Amino acid sequence: MTLEFLIDALVTVIGVTTPILLAATGELVVEKSGVLNLGVEGMMLIGAVTGFAVTLTCGDSLGDFAPWFGVIAAGVAGAASSMLFAVLVLTLGSNQVATGLALAIFGIGLSSLVGASYVGMVIAPFNQAFPAWLAEDPIGRVAFGHSPLVYFALIMVIAAGWFLNRTRAGLILRAVGENDISAHSIGYPVLAIRYAAIAFGGAMAGIGGSYFSMVITPMWAEQMTAGRGWIALALVVFSSWRPGRLLVGAYFFGILMTLELYAKASGFSCLPSQFWAAMPYIMAVAVLAVMSARDVAGSEAPACLGRPFMPNS
Amino acid sequence: MRIRFEKRLAPSRFMLVATPVASVVLTMLLGAIIFQLLGFDGPDAIWQTFVTPIVAPYKWQDVLTKAAPLIIIALGLLLGNQAKIWNIGAEGQYVIGALTGAGLAFAMPGAPAFVAIPVMIAGGIFGGMVWAGMPAVLRTRFHVSEVLSTLMLVYVAMQVLNYLIGGPWKDPNGHNFPQTPPFTAAQTLPHVIPGTVIPPGFLVAIALTLVFWVLTARSVYGFSVRTVGVAPSAARYGGFDASRTVWSTLMISGGMAGLAGILESMSQLGQINLGFPSGYGFTAIIVSFLGRLHPLGVFLAGLILAVTYVGGQVAQTVVHVPEATAGIFQATMLFFILASDILVRYRLRLVRGARRAAAAGAPA
Repeated sequence: MTLEFLIDALVTVIGVTTPILLAATGELVVEKSGVLNLGVEGMMLIGAVTGFAVTLTCGDSLGDFAPWFGVIAAGVAGAASSMLFAVLVLTLGSNQVATGLALAIFGIGLSSLVGASYVGMVIAPFNQAFPAWLAEDPIGRVAFGHSPLVYFALIMVIAAGWFLNRTRAGLILRAVGENDISAHSIGYPVLAIRYAAIAFGGAMAGIGGSYFSMVITPMWAEQMTAGRGWIALALVVFSSWRPGRLLVGAYFFGILMTLELYAKASGFSCLPSQFWAAMPYIMAVAVLAVMSARDVAGSEAPACLGRPFMPNS
Repeated sequence: MRIRFEKRLAPSRFMLVATPVASVVLTMLLGAIIFQLLGFDGPDAIWQTFVTPIVAPYKWQDVLTKAAPLIIIALGLLLGNQAKIWNIGAEGQYVIGALTGAGLAFAMPGAPAFVAIPVMIAGGIFGGMVWAGMPAVLRTRFHVSEVLSTLMLVYVAMQVLNYLIGGPWKDPNGHNFPQTPPFTAAQTLPHVIPGTVIPPGFLVAIALTLVFWVLTARSVYGFSVRTVGVAPSAARYGGFDASRTVWSTLMISGGMAGLAGILESMSQLGQINLGFPSGYGFTAIIVSFLGRLHPLGVFLAGLILAVTYVGGQVAQTVVHVPEATAGIFQATMLFFILASDILVRYRLRLVRGARRAAAAGAPA
C-alpha cells in the first residue's frame, strides 16, 4: 500500500512538473539572450488549444500519429505567437514588461475564442511513450509509464544546458544577453539571435501548454493552465539561470502542486484546501526572496535582461 | 530605399496623443476584418462593441459603472509605471481590499452608515496597501523583482477569497453558494444621481483624476517619480531615494486598487461572491498605457475600455461572437499602443541607398 502510494505520488509529481519544466526551459534560453518574455501563460494557452484542436481534427485521418501532429502544431503556434512579442520588443523597441503582459492577455483571450467550439469534447490522452507491458510493475511504471512529452522535457533541459555551456552558439547567445553592445560591435547579429531565442521559448511554452489539454486532462477548458506560466517564470529566477537547478526547482514545485491535489482528493490535512492551492505561489515568492537576497548585486541574472537594444539609431 | 529610425531630441507631443487614437481605430478595423474572416458579420460586431454602448439608452450608465474601477486602479498604476516599478498584481489588491472592508462590515453589523461606510472604505484602501506592501518589502529588503511577486500574490489572494466566502464568511442563507451575506443598507453606497444607476465610484474617479493630475504635473513627488523611471542614475544624484519611490508607488497603486475593490462591492454587488474578481486589475494596466500614463488620458482610456466591456456583452447577444472577444480587443489595443511607442521617441526616415546604415556598422 505504501509503496503503491509512493509510486502513485511520484508519477503525479512527474506529470505536474513536466509542463512548467518545458515552459521554463524555453524561458531560460530567452532570458539568457537578454529578453524577458512575460507572456508564457498566454503562449501556453495558445499551445494548449492548438494541440487539442489539431489532435481532434486529425484523429480520423492520422490515427495514432494525430497527437504527434498536435504537439508539433502546439509548438508552432506558441512560436508564432511569440513572434508578435518579438517584433514589438526587438524591431520596435517597446517595453518588454508591458509587451509580455499584452501577450499573456492576448493569449488568454485568443485561446478562449478559438477554444469555445471545443469545450466538452474529449480526445484520447497522449500518455504512452512505451509499450504498456514495460510499465506494468511499479519500477517500470516510474521509468516507462509516461507521456512522450515527459521524456522530451528531460531531454530538452539537458540539451539546453549542453547548448548554453558547451557550444559556441550557446556562448554567443550568452554574450548577447550579457553585453549586447559588445556582441553587436564584434559583429554578431544581436536581434536575429534574440528572435531565434524568443521563437524557441514560444515553441517550448506551446508544447508545455499542450501537456495540459492532451495529457493531464485530454480536453479543453478556458484558462486551463491556471497560472502555471507564471510559476515557470519564477522558476527561471529560482534556477539562477542554470538548467541543472531549473530541473531541481521544477520538481520542487511539482511536489508542492501534488500536495495540493492530494489534499483536495483525500482531505488528509487539517488546513483548508485553498491553503494548498496557494502554496506553490507562496513558495514561489519565498524562494524568489531567498534567491534574490543571495544575489544582491544581480550578478547571476543576464546583464541585459529586459533592456531594449536599437542598433539602427 | 529603407526605413530608418532616428531618435528625436524630445518626445513628439503630437504622436503622444495621436498614437492612442490610432490604436483604437486600428483595433476596430482589424477586429472587423478578423470577425468577417471567422464568419461573423464583422462591421456589425464592431458597431455593437464600440458604438452601441454609447448611443443606446441606459447602456452609457453601464459604461460609467465599468469605467469607475478601471479608472481608479489605472490612476494608481500610472505613477509606478512612470517610475518603471511594475505592479501587475492590482487584481489581488482589489480583492484583498474588498475583503478587508467586508470583514470590518461583518465585525460591526449594527454600526450606522456614517460610521460603517468610512470605516469600510478605509479598510479597503488599507487592505490593498498591505497586499502591495509585501512586494515592496520584498523588493527593497530582498531585491525581489516586483513583477513576479505582485503577480504571484494575485493567485494567493484568489485562494484567500475562495476560503473566506466558502468557509468562515459564507452566507448561511445563501443556498450553499460560495458568497458572503449581503451588506446591510447602512453598509452600501446609494446611487448618487436619482433616476440613474451611476455608481458613486465614478464621481470618486473624476475627483481622483484631478488629484492625480495635480500630483503628476505640479508636485515635486510627481517629478521625482518620472525621473526615477527615465534616468535612474540622475534620480540618484538628485537625491531621490529609490526605495522610497518603490514604497510610495506600490502603496498608492495598492491603496487605489483596494479602494476600487471596496467601492465595487459596496455599490454594485452588495456582497462578495466568486465572480467578484473580474479582471479589472489586469485591464487597468492596459488603461494606464492607452492613457499614456497621464491622468486625463487614463480617464478617457478607462471610458474606452469600459465601452469594450459593455459592447463585448452586446456583441455576444446580438452578433453571437464569443465572450472572450473583449479581452482580445483590449490586448490588441495594448499591442498597437506599445508598437506605436517608437513613433513618439523616434522619427521614421526613408533612407536612399541602404548602404549608409551598413557603413556605420549596423546590421540589417
